[in-house]
Amino acid sequence: MLATPVMIAAGCAGTGRELGGLVDLRRVGGTVTRTITVEPRQGAAPPRIAESSSGIVWRTGMQNPGIDAFIATELPTWVKAGPQLVVSIGGGTLEAFVRLTGALQGQPGVHGIEIDLSGADEELERPMLGAHADRVAEIVGAVARMSLVPVFAKVPGGVDVVPIAIAAAKAGASGLTLTGSPPAFVVDASTANPAFASGAGWLSGPALKPMTLRAIVDTARALPRMPLLASGGIATAADAIDALLAGATAVQVGVAAMIDPTAPVTIAKGIAAELKRRSLLSPMQLRGVIRLPEATAE
Amino acid sequence: MKRVRAEILSTRTLGAYRSLTLVAPELAERARPGQFVAVAMPTDRDFILRRHLTIHQSSRRGGWAGTLEFVVDPAAGPGTAWLSELGAHEFLDVIGPLGKPFAYPKRLTNCLLVGEGRSVAGLYFLAQELIARGKRVDMVIGASTLEAVFKPIEAKRLSQLVTVMTDDGTLGERGSIVDVLPEAVERCGAEVVYAAGRPAVLRAVAALCRTRKLPAQVAVEERMGCGYGLCGTCAVPVARKDGTGWDHARACIDGPVFNPARVLWDRWPAAAASAGLPAPDGPA
Repeated sequence: MLATPVMIAAGCAGTGRELGGLVDLRRVGGTVTRTITVEPRQGAAPPRIAESSSGIVWRTGMQNPGIDAFIATELPTWVKAGPQLVVSIGGGTLEAFVRLTGALQGQPGVHGIEIDLSGADEELERPMLGAHADRVAEIVGAVARMSLVPVFAKVPGGVDVVPIAIAAAKAGASGLTLTGSPPAFVVDASTANPAFASGAGWLSGPALKPMTLRAIVDTARALPRMPLLASGGIATAADAIDALLAGATAVQVGVAAMIDPTAPVTIAKGIAAELKRRSLLSPMQLRGVIRLPEATAE
Repeated sequence: MKRVRAEILSTRTLGAYRSLTLVAPELAERARPGQFVAVAMPTDRDFILRRHLTIHQSSRRGGWAGTLEFVVDPAAGPGTAWLSELGAHEFLDVIGPLGKPFAYPKRLTNCLLVGEGRSVAGLYFLAQELIARGKRVDMVIGASTLEAVFKPIEAKRLSQLVTVMTDDGTLGERGSIVDVLPEAVERCGAEVVYAAGRPAVLRAVAALCRTRKLPAQVAVEERMGCGYGLCGTCAVPVARKDGTGWDHARACIDGPVFNPARVLWDRWPAAAASAGLPAPDGPA
């Protein structure tokens, strides 16, 4: 249970040390770490970021120290910083997810696990794990069976969301994060090359908000009782309220926290003010109250 | 690191650039050469990231006490174009000072400062601090053309010997700052080299300092997302201190000042894509 329905999204909160002077993480509902893999990853070559209209295109290549170093060095820093910590885990094989969940089992200060399904499937040699319901069911099922803490499956951007969401829910996910960043590309016309070294990247930022709302609305209709975390384009309290009305349980703030480290707290305050204005006691009372026509599908 | 709402005290045009001076005592008293500030963009535009700008001046004493100055290139993009249109008495949301500053040498005295274009702005702040510590300062500065050479008169005022290079020969000598580096190092009897600029230029500086066994510090310019270590997008490949390998360091909090001997220039694509620069002699 979160103190406020606002979390910091994966990859936007550093290593637990950086936000120190700028925001008190204990006032944020929850914080998701960057994605941790079994082995250390050097990540993508720089440059890794380019701006686009109301968004950023990025590719960090899951840079992280690996699960052992994370538990030895970063996790204690996180615990000290005090947020409700959700550890994002990623990999390319079922075994990787099992090992990661095993390593996190019983670690103090870990309040949840978020499964990053955007990685390539190394076993079936497919470009993305999370694009296939069978694989999602397999991985989410394994993690959910092993984990002692709630497990959130993060549905990648740019896939057909509802079937993946249903597969993750049936496999035992405690909640769903909707959605990851969709794939994107930026051209540098002056050099006739991609704008960053690794070529293709992922889109984040306010540009995504309508896509996130659509993913929430469709999934809330298919899975009315499933906790849904809206991720992508949530930058203000108004955005967060839109997401709650569309059917989200809570929101994750990413790029907005990079630009304004206090954004998650400001959004939480804004939601509280809106609840007061509407004489409501809980953000859950806003959840999914929009009236939908019979079908949104075309 | 502080976040403040800072009033613009004054603005001025310096050749191709625009300089903004802010009233920001909390930042100015902490700021050191090589550090930068992260300036928020207006919320009603479609360019959203903070702009990361090297501190050009920070005054702790005198009539300008509590002010901080940075320089923007209006042609660099929509964010810097917006900043360059602002006037006095407008307010900016600023986080700073950010990043690791340049370190001053303890025993060595002859310092050569090398930079191109707008990157030179941070070196003048460094030059003042070095001079205040009794060091000798020489400079090699350059740009594409006369207009883009940043404050050449200030460079003359601050240093013993100045070499100015422009690609088109409109000011100083025609050519790249990299061409004249070996000669400048000889002439100034440089014992320490400081540099700021594009990775390709820094790589050339690194190669020279490696062959001459000169200690050096370079301030990198890498595209940043946040500027304070959250997003991990401003990566610079750096060798580990214990020699066990390398990591992508974050330019914003592990830098922007790095020891060039530890940077793995071959793993940094921007350093390899040199624009008309001579190939450096091997990995630095």
